[in-house]
Amino acid sequence: MSEQGRGEDAADPLLEVRELTVHHGQLRALDRISLRVFPGEVYAIIGANGAGKSTLLRTIAGLHHPTEGSILLDGQDVTRVRPERRATRGIVLVPEGRRLFGSLSVEENLQVGATYARKGPWTIERVYELFGWMRERRAQRTAQLSGGEQQSVAIGRALVANPRVLLLDELSLGLAPVVVQRIYGMLPQILATGLTVLLVEQDVSQALRVASHLQCLLEGHTTLEARPAEVTAEQVEAAYFGLNVRPGPAPAVGERSEPLWPGSTRSSRAS
Amino acid sequence: MAWVNAIIQGILTGGLYALFACGLSLMFGVMKVVNLAHGDLAVIGGYVAIGIITVTHLPVLWSIVVVVPLMAALGYVLQRTLIQASLDRSVLTTLIVTFGLSVVIENGLLQFFTANSRAIGTGNAIITSSFSLGSQIQIAYLLVVIFATAVIVLLGLQYFLSRSKYGRLIRAVADDKEAAQMCGADYRHVFGIAAAIAFGTVALAGIAYGMYSQLAPTTGTDTILLFAFAAVVIGGLGSLWGTLLGGVVLGVAQQIGAQINISYEVLAGYLVFLAVLVVRPEGLTARRARS
Repeated sequence: MSEQGRGEDAADPLLEVRELTVHHGQLRALDRISLRVFPGEVYAIIGANGAGKSTLLRTIAGLHHPTEGSILLDGQDVTRVRPERRATRGIVLVPEGRRLFGSLSVEENLQVGATYARKGPWTIERVYELFGWMRERRAQRTAQLSGGEQQSVAIGRALVANPRVLLLDELSLGLAPVVVQRIYGMLPQILATGLTVLLVEQDVSQALRVASHLQCLLEGHTTLEARPAEVTAEQVEAAYFGLNVRPGPAPAVGERSEPLWPGSTRSSRAS
Repeated sequence: MAWVNAIIQGILTGGLYALFACGLSLMFGVMKVVNLAHGDLAVIGGYVAIGIITVTHLPVLWSIVVVVPLMAALGYVLQRTLIQASLDRSVLTTLIVTFGLSVVIENGLLQFFTANSRAIGTGNAIITSSFSLGSQIQIAYLLVVIFATAVIVLLGLQYFLSRSKYGRLIRAVADDKEAAQMCGADYRHVFGIAAAIAFGTVALAGIAYGMYSQLAPTTGTDTILLFAFAAVVIGGLGSLWGTLLGGVVLGVAQQIGAQINISYEVLAGYLVFLAVLVVRPEGLTARRARS
């Protein structure tokens, strides 16, 4: 129930992932994951802690090496391309935990983002227009900002590179719901400039609200792929927690309390 | 008056120590590499300058114009090859590799230039002379020139790091090299630039030391590296002005020690170094603790 009626019958996918398998040491974090992201889409990947969502985004950005499979940008294989070259070719990641340059000011963070930018609509000036408060506080160190403000700077730093595909890793992590809503509220303005977004989110309701396409991961497998309008809350819940799952056996919900890798440790480095 | 003299001489030699130390501090701050060959690189810089002066009879200033870019280029190449390769394995590997580099350089110099010490002739009467302040204070013009050079280099470095595109990238990579990659920056290239700066400044310091004192193949490890370490630790990592202050404190401590008894010169410097490690291990000027 995936690709029909996605409105881009003739278009080729902008980003394609084919049968991607990634290992963390002995652990198989991703098992033959495939996805096709079309231009202008908001493609959301949901799943519980340890489902492999962040690993998927980091592999697409070039920070992990897949054991098998390939990643294509606009039909060109970028699987062996170094992360910084992928960024300049248009795959830009807003990493989990924001990862701002802590000893640099807000403006310097944006300037670093713009150093190797592609040509495009986004400039530092435009980011200041998108986030009204930022211009006034551009000389401040990012450590002095609130979590939501830091997340906005991280998004701005990615935008000024003029990405073709913007990868957003857990924007909501550690932020108050109202702040999360405000940040996701910016998405239409960002999409209006012709970007494509691939995002990872633990907050399912938030993902359902913004996504044009949905893929659910569980322990490195795809358990659901659909348009948000096509699925019921029960189906999403079942896919999220692995209740009567299709591919491969999954443990019961209670056994999954421990995350497979500590994703939250990275956020401390950003400050 | 003798004490005032000691303090003035100490401050001026501190400039030279800061010039030794700033590259060491930069390489540690940016790529977490403790370059144990740092002192030997200064000696190479000095020996190359001696070679150029002997062969071409150019004045010292011109040898600096040749040697500093040459050493900077060597820094970039070494960082992109040997040091990066060891860094890819682990930070500890870089200690072993730079130690090995130090041994190789030292023995290479012994092999080709013998153990004799050499001085760099300035060939300029004014530079080698000194002027008097009062009856007991004699200040060498050379030392004043070296101190001024150190301050100018540190000012320039500060300006470069805080204002230029590559300076910003160096600071960004030092904060988080993976995040810098996500901005399209090749951190290995940025590391290379930082190493080029470190090698260039230490070569300049080596030439200055060769004019002020004498260079032997072992000077790099038994004097320069240790003084540079002491200056960095006393001043605190991550701050160029801290490095200058560290150099000055070390220089003053040595001169005061020498004033008490000439054999206490080096000892006094290390006593202050140890005292700082015990009382204020983050250094005198460290603004923020870095994990």
